[in-house]
Amino acid sequence: MKKMVSLACVMALAVSMMAGCSSKSEETKAAETTADTVAETTAETAGESAAAGDSGKLIMATEAGFAPYEYTEDGETVVGVDVDIANEIAKAMGKELEIQNMTFDGALLAVQQGVVDFAAAGISVTPDRQEEMDFTIEYATSKQVVVVKKDAGKIGSVDDVKEGTVVGVQMGTTGDFYCTDDLGCEVKQFSKYAEAALELKNDKLDCIVMDSLPAEQLVAANDDLEILDGELFTDKYAIAVKKGNTELLDQINEVLQQLIDEGKIDEYTINHTTK
Amino acid sequence: MGNWLISAWERFEKAFLVSDRYVAYLNGFKTTLIISLFAVLLGVAVGLILAIIKYTANHVEKNIILTLLNWIANIYIGIIRGTPVYVQLLIIYFIIFAKMNTSPIVAAVLCFGINSSAYVAEIIRAGIEAVDAGQMEAGRSLGLGWGQTMVSIIMPQAIKNILPALGNEFIVLVKETAIVGTIAVRDVTKAAQNVGAITYDLLPPLLITAAMYLVVVIILTKLLSMFERRLAQSDRR
Repeated sequence: MKKMVSLACVMALAVSMMAGCSSKSEETKAAETTADTVAETTAETAGESAAAGDSGKLIMATEAGFAPYEYTEDGETVVGVDVDIANEIAKAMGKELEIQNMTFDGALLAVQQGVVDFAAAGISVTPDRQEEMDFTIEYATSKQVVVVKKDAGKIGSVDDVKEGTVVGVQMGTTGDFYCTDDLGCEVKQFSKYAEAALELKNDKLDCIVMDSLPAEQLVAANDDLEILDGELFTDKYAIAVKKGNTELLDQINEVLQQLIDEGKIDEYTINHTTK
Repeated sequence: MGNWLISAWERFEKAFLVSDRYVAYLNGFKTTLIISLFAVLLGVAVGLILAIIKYTANHVEKNIILTLLNWIANIYIGIIRGTPVYVQLLIIYFIIFAKMNTSPIVAAVLCFGINSSAYVAEIIRAGIEAVDAGQMEAGRSLGLGWGQTMVSIIMPQAIKNILPALGNEFIVLVKETAIVGTIAVRDVTKAAQNVGAITYDLLPPLLITAAMYLVVVIILTKLLSMFERRLAQSDRR
């Protein structure tokens, strides 16, 4: 009897927690609906709810296993194209940039929840993601390529990646979704590409699907791996901000447009790829 | 053989010395130790309170407030022990602290402290309950009060029961903190992952990290066995 009571209580607690969550999301939805009518008010509330809304810090989430966009040279300090861009954004806003280096899916979650101000991690714009967060203008085009082990012979060309192929991807990336949903491959998810590379070398994967620039760095560091000619698909990268935070979105867009016009982003990319 | 050694050294060098990467490991190691230390302190503090509530509610006196507190403690322990610490970490950082500008390290300390407290509570409670009921009766019949008996007769014996299990809990806690990289804490495991991600050679950084954890655990084990030996001096065996 006592057990039954405590069980009921635990369930009641769980239900009330869930209820708390759902009512919160309803609030957000309500806020979004008003956003359509009264744009200004929403901008204000979004500014308040942003992680570092009024402090002097601008917080960016990323996953530093994606050279040249974001990586660490000393195992600690995150550098890369996205970091250079973020520094320009922080400078324009007169704030101090703080980088939180987490997992890729964690970075997307963090920006949705408003734990950070924005996420810049070579994030492709997809309809599903657009439902959960707002994206800036696209600042880089990425080719998704196929990395294989030399002389493995199983995958001869990009077209050989199909149903049943064992593909290594980074969890939550567009490569992950494309191979799982569009191609129906047998996908193995990793949090770092280095882990996938190890599995590929151990013949546990047929190939890795990833962005061409990091792929080139991966192949340069591993003699026994190569990139197949051609690309699997292309996508474009943008910076993600919390849904409804139009104020920040506009500020970032302004800086991005200026950087694109001045050719700075190409310059950053060259800086980080030719070392 | 010589070649093998040279290539092994080169891999180690790349993982540890190039670009001053050892600094990242050491800073990460410091973070790991800080999180573990504060989580242990928080865990023991909260765990002790929970254990006292559970013990007094079940063995000392029955009243409505204690019964209610005992009930809450049981639910708390049930939920915390019944869910993975990784999931708790994600919930605490991404959901509960979403609106607060909390440092990820604070979130990690809270998460591991709360998680540990549930285990510590049960360890302490079990340790006290394992002392024979006759000890309390003997103390009381010698004219000592309940509190006096508790402090000078029950607890000294209970600590001997508690210590080995508590030490185990500390060791588990130190190693469990390896997952904090998920919420952007730069601990020693994260440093290894970062280095592995840039060198594309995972084994050396992981071995270095494993060695660091091993050193802490060996030191911890030694300290605990010293402490236990000291406590066992008065045992008649």
